[in-house]
Amino acid sequence: MAMNTSSATVWSSTLATTRPQRTSGLVRAEWTKMRTVRSTVWTLLAMAVITLGIAALAASTIASRWNTFSVVRRLTFDPTSMSLRGLLFSQLIIGVLGVLVMSAEYGTGTIRATLAAEPRRARVLIAKSAVFFVLAAVVGEVLAFGGFLIGQSLLTSPVPHATLTQPGVLRAVTGGGLVIAVLGLFALGLATIIRHSAGAITAYVGVLLVVPIILQTLPSSFSQPILKFMPFTISNAMTSVASQGSSAFSPWVGFAILVGYAIVSLAIGGWLLAKRDA
Amino acid sequence: MIDVRGVTKRFKDNVAVDDLNFEVPTGVVTGFLGPNGSGKSTTMRIIMGLDHADQGEAVINGTPYSKLAQPLREVGALLEAKAIHPGRTAFNHLWFLAQSNGIPRRRVHDVIELVGLDQVANRRVGKFSLGMGQRLGIAAALLGDPGTLLFDEPINGLDPEGILWVRNLLKGLASEGRTVFVSSHLMSEMALTADHLVVIGRGRLISTGSVGDFIATNAGQYVRVRTPRPDELEGLLEAQGAQIRREGDGSLSVSNLSAEQIGITSGNAGIFLYELSPQSASLEDAFMEMTRDSVEYHGHRLDGATATTNGK
Repeated sequence: MAMNTSSATVWSSTLATTRPQRTSGLVRAEWTKMRTVRSTVWTLLAMAVITLGIAALAASTIASRWNTFSVVRRLTFDPTSMSLRGLLFSQLIIGVLGVLVMSAEYGTGTIRATLAAEPRRARVLIAKSAVFFVLAAVVGEVLAFGGFLIGQSLLTSPVPHATLTQPGVLRAVTGGGLVIAVLGLFALGLATIIRHSAGAITAYVGVLLVVPIILQTLPSSFSQPILKFMPFTISNAMTSVASQGSSAFSPWVGFAILVGYAIVSLAIGGWLLAKRDA
Repeated sequence: MIDVRGVTKRFKDNVAVDDLNFEVPTGVVTGFLGPNGSGKSTTMRIIMGLDHADQGEAVINGTPYSKLAQPLREVGALLEAKAIHPGRTAFNHLWFLAQSNGIPRRRVHDVIELVGLDQVANRRVGKFSLGMGQRLGIAAALLGDPGTLLFDEPINGLDPEGILWVRNLLKGLASEGRTVFVSSHLMSEMALTADHLVVIGRGRLISTGSVGDFIATNAGQYVRVRTPRPDELEGLLEAQGAQIRREGDGSLSVSNLSAEQIGITSGNAGIFLYELSPQSASLEDAFMEMTRDSVEYHGHRLDGATATTNGK
């Protein structure tokens, strides 16, 4: 290895001419951190393959079996919701990624370098959340629109298909992408609170899937009011064109509740981040 | 200059740092010495704003770390080797740090070259040896060309060439007028590198001052004496206030009396001496002596007695 044994004083004053720090530096640093680990790329790739694959699979299955469907099933068929079904897996995977972008800092010790570079800890969390939200929103929208277009293109006559100009369809597709981004933030907040990958992923999957499954085994008079608040129910209402009736909040009310979850988890995480030793 | 003022840090059931007060002057290498578990790393994390002190504060050139706008340009630190994401390359680790403090890209290349990692800059850190990890940590510390530098056990995992390199680097940085604060549990290493010392044990300050003063005060003098009539001579010397230790080879280690006084005493009593030689205890011994009551974890000999090197 080449090395400078004798002269520590080989010193270039390359720093003399630089500009003062701006918030954008922090944002760029967080983006560099996110794009320079393999887990980000692989996770997003897996998300794309699964989400788009499920859209294609679901659509072609329905197209080939349409003739066997009952009249009721044909009348209640929601082609938009069908093509966005793969987003449930995107929700799981974006949660894992949201956890990892924070918990990996703790797991590897990078958090100390991060906080030494920016001791105002709330700013670190805000920059990280902002970068991750934009990334997750872009990926979420691409997959929602991609899934929708692939799904609809495979629904050939006589199977009805949806277009973005029909009422409620554009909302379902863009909303499906936004739900991905907000759930990712919620997971990032959980990881800031819990600080361990396994624990935070377990908590996230618990809220997303396990709690709704348990609730569904209980009497509906008891479970229904709670189920309405579950991300699973909220995202179903968002990605469906047809109304879910009284069993779910309307799409944007539900979305506001999801945003609330993300804000609360990030606020608690930020408070703990500032308070705790790194 | 780093100024630690009355810093106390408690963890659940123990006090890691206990009302610690000291200053780290500029332009010299200051060694931060203490046995393992004495609170060195905790103190350094408190200076860096990573751990919160329960009482007191640490300031760097008058400002707490958390109030620095571009901290990497003022303070650089190597706190733990390899506290770095193993999947990220060395360059990308330094690059995100640089971006966060508005440090230009070419500076990243400069420090990579300075620490001798240019061949492996685009390799993932997970593949690095401990020594390469230390070099990367040092590169990160130097990134912002800071006036204050903290290194926690920087020679851990380095080969002899690397140790020499770190020693010269530290001295070079100090000679440029920077504040250089280096922790170690090895007195011998600090004797070679540091000009100034802060010695702690069990989180409390034991001593602070120049290395020269430390040696003069603590490296105790004694006289090695060999004689065919040790019991007799021992009695006579003890009567004059000497403290005597019987060594394994039958010689006496006499302190509190000069060689001249011992010679006169034995001459007057007609006791022959085979050897009369003044000795000075090593710095390592002085350090052991000073911190032996404050060592957190004692080694034990296999026969059950506490090992003499760090025992009571």
